[in-house]
Amino acid sequence: MNPLVDPVGVVHYLVVGAVLFTAGIVCMAVKRNALGVLMGIELVLNGANVNFVAFGSPVLRADAGPLAIDGPVIALFVIVLAAAEAAVALAITLNFYNNHSTVDVDRADELKG
Amino acid sequence: MMPSTLLGPASLLGPTSLLGFVAGGGTACGFAMVPLAAVNWHGLFFLAFAVVACVMAVAVVLADNVVRMAFYLVLSLGATAGLFFLAGAEFVGAMQLMIYVGGTLVLLVFGVMLTAQAPFVSIKTATGDRVLAGIVAASLLAVLLQAAFSVHAWREPGRFPGDTGGVVEPMSTPLGMALVGVRVDDPSPGLAQENGGGNGDGSGGAAAGGRSGYLLPFEIVSVHLLVVLVGAAYLARAKRRRSSRELSEAAR
Repeated sequence: MNPLVDPVGVVHYLVVGAVLFTAGIVCMAVKRNALGVLMGIELVLNGANVNFVAFGSPVLRADAGPLAIDGPVIALFVIVLAAAEAAVALAITLNFYNNHSTVDVDRADELKG
Repeated sequence: MMPSTLLGPASLLGPTSLLGFVAGGGTACGFAMVPLAAVNWHGLFFLAFAVVACVMAVAVVLADNVVRMAFYLVLSLGATAGLFFLAGAEFVGAMQLMIYVGGTLVLLVFGVMLTAQAPFVSIKTATGDRVLAGIVAASLLAVLLQAAFSVHAWREPGRFPGDTGGVVEPMSTPLGMALVGVRVDDPSPGLAQENGGGNGDGSGGAAAGGRSGYLLPFEIVSVHLLVVLVGAAYLARAKRRRSSRELSEAAR
């Protein structure tokens, strides 16, 4: 389990992915700045990406098989979709900022009943 | 199925041993005893990138200043790209650097700069919310770590890069072929017969249906990206039209 002596395995990457995912979830939940929420989403997607790459890596596991292609391809899709999501979310945030002169998500409660 | 009382200590033992190395075990058994030629550089670089990625991700959560959050996020995503390189997925790592760090985060930084008025640079969160989020984060992290450590196959150590003959197969050509619908690692039955047996594990016929290429998802993602960018441009343009109308109303 010691990365200096033993080869790095899948579980090391899973730990990194879990930390990134948890940090992203907390960031999405806690931040009141809309851009902070966006950064939390980026962290969550990256944590998932770390897991995809780890499960498909032929270096980390000897029996990766067809996952050696599947994992990186899915990771690429996640990166592209994250770029698309960031573009739309940023446009919405800037629109909100122009209409309300704030980026505090707690102030975005006009649709409340 | 093991009872959770057995799984609990095992899941706690893993990260402790991982972190215990950082705390002090590494200086005793790592640097002093291991000669320079026997140092596992792969593991050393993995450790460096992993620590940077995790610490900077936590710093994003703990920071209040949105500009500093953006900077920490750049460091975290860059270190994640380094992890991808170490895992042998060099194409994904390059795309992470080019699209994520070079594109998406520049977009985010532009958003930060456009909205960085003095009252919004650091919006404090209530202390109660912070405590609640800490509890939720601890439980979520415990669940994820327990799931990661509960499968025995994932705990097996990987291979030293030297064990694979020193060469790691370049990944970009099979990835590009998969994106246009051809799986070079798992030829279809017809292709396997042409090649005289293919990969020879005999599982090609049954599994080939589920292992097709990614042409259709690639096209869908392309069209999705086009639609999303048109939509983002529309949102940005609607804002400008509205402001010009307001200007004309104000001039009246």
